Amino acid sequence: MTAQNSAPRMALMLLSLGLAAVLLGTVAGSQGLQAWWAAGNDGVSRQIILDIRLPRSLGAWLGGALLGLAGAVAQGLFRNPLADPYLLGSASGASLGVGIYLSLFGGGAWALSSWLGLGLTGAAFLGAVLAVLLTLLLARGVQQTLRLLLAGVVVGVVLGAVTSLISLLQPQVLQAMQGFMLGSTAFVSWLACFTLSMVLALCMALAWVFARVLDALSLGEATAQSLGVPLYWARLVLVGVISLATGAAVAHIGLVAFVGLAAPHLVRSLVRCTYAWRLFLSALMGGAMLLLADVMARVLFAPQELPVGVLTAVLGGGYLLWRVYRDADTGSGVRGRA
Amino acid sequence: MIAALETRQLSALLGGRHVLRNIDLQITAGRWTCVVGPNGAGKSSLLKALAGLLPCSGQVQWHGQPLATLTRQQRALQLSWLGQGEASTLDLSVWDVTMLGRLPHQSWLGAPAQHDAQMVEAALKATQAWDWRERTLGELSGGERQRVLLARAMAGNAPTMLMDEPLSNLDPPHQVDWLEQVQCLLAQGTTVVSVLHEIGMALHADDIVVMREGQVVHHGASSHAATHVAIEAVFGQRIRILQLDEQWVVLPRV
Repeated sequence: MTAQNSAPRMALMLLSLGLAAVLLGTVAGSQGLQAWWAAGNDGVSRQIILDIRLPRSLGAWLGGALLGLAGAVAQGLFRNPLADPYLLGSASGASLGVGIYLSLFGGGAWALSSWLGLGLTGAAFLGAVLAVLLTLLLARGVQQTLRLLLAGVVVGVVLGAVTSLISLLQPQVLQAMQGFMLGSTAFVSWLACFTLSMVLALCMALAWVFARVLDALSLGEATAQSLGVPLYWARLVLVGVISLATGAAVAHIGLVAFVGLAAPHLVRSLVRCTYAWRLFLSALMGGAMLLLADVMARVLFAPQELPVGVLTAVLGGGYLLWRVYRDADTGSGVRGRA
Repeated sequence: MIAALETRQLSALLGGRHVLRNIDLQITAGRWTCVVGPNGAGKSSLLKALAGLLPCSGQVQWHGQPLATLTRQQRALQLSWLGQGEASTLDLSVWDVTMLGRLPHQSWLGAPAQHDAQMVEAALKATQAWDWRERTLGELSGGERQRVLLARAMAGNAPTMLMDEPLSNLDPPHQVDWLEQVQCLLAQGTTVVSVLHEIGMALHADDIVVMREGQVVHHGASSHAATHVAIEAVFGQRIRILQLDEQWVVLPRV
């Protein structure tokens, strides 16, 4: 089918865009192109490119890819175009993890470095995973989609309130917390890139195995069940994929808004394909979106850097708003029902 | 006569309400059975229970074998299901939606085979949806979408087809087309069970199951006077069934 053939073309384009953005990311920074020209014979410049800009750019791409993938899985699993990867409480769980860590160890540089091999990243990841487990506990498993969504909302609100209480009681953590909430790729290391790429490969493989279930679910739960797909196992694994992908991304780059919501939408508007392709394309789109936003965040007010989450919120939110207005104007409506 | 589907003491609860009460029913193989009754009578619940999609007490058998003992894939291969209000997201193409009907025939990670593509093409042509194969469901009208979903159900080529209100959104000419497709399926030996609100169309079926308040109040041939009496009774004598040009027509009693 012609429509299906456009998916590989789109994948190639997004991969090229991602690659170009990574290269662009190695140029963007306070030293600009100067670091590039000097890299041949200046160790510091080489270090800036190889140990700061390159892992940071790759990390931004990988984090965005994880959020894009998690967003596509969430929208397919919950059959809701407004579903985003933070739906199951992982974002508020990660925030609480960071809040607790900062209130215990403060927001100083020593606390932000690795502590007993755990550190801020570990606290965020642990918080995200525990929050999703709490959601699953409250929803009594994964069988009832609506119960799962409601439990996710409740966990999000309650953990958010606890985080606010911590900030209120210990105002010294507020600034560091704010940095986490707005998202940043500044501290992504090669080790983080390795971890993120392993998680991405695992999540992509697991999600792809159940891509057909997501296709079948688009026709409703009863129809999916009648087609003989293993709904229970699919839900269990796909909720695990959402949690793991979101937890890993949030732990390394903070709470980046809208990438997980907007990337699958953008893919859907550009190419019609089944989930086998949509998952892959959403990951590529998420990666390209976050990396380009990160480059913009670095250069817009250079040498001052903007938090990347602010840019993704403005750009992603603006895009979604434009789509809503465009759909209303063309009468096509939102493609999908909650 | 062989029973394709049989229920014994079938009961089901939905939201604390009995939607099915002790139903004993035999659906004859190779015939078209239509379930009719007023809103809330339990027609859709009965169809879901026959498809194994509704938790219930009692037993459902498929050709003498308890449905619960079939694996997911075996059940999907034997029973094709067309539900009400399918398609919650509308961005899959018509071709991909119809190909989903072939899922039970495919290996889990394998690509669709040539035969699958042929079956999908035949189903789309039979429902006159072939020309839209590259469009998404969201780009179709309600009636067009319904024809695609019917093609999806037909593509599975199951020996038993269960259809819940398949005529919703279809205009009269396409309702007649649907009738012809059912006749084709019956000619191939397929057992068809449908829930219909269009009583005039339902009277084209071989057998009619009349339901009220979760119970089967009558099961008989569509041409029998007793069936017509039962239908008129469950609708509170608000309709009349008359014969016109060797066809049964339904008129409102005003």
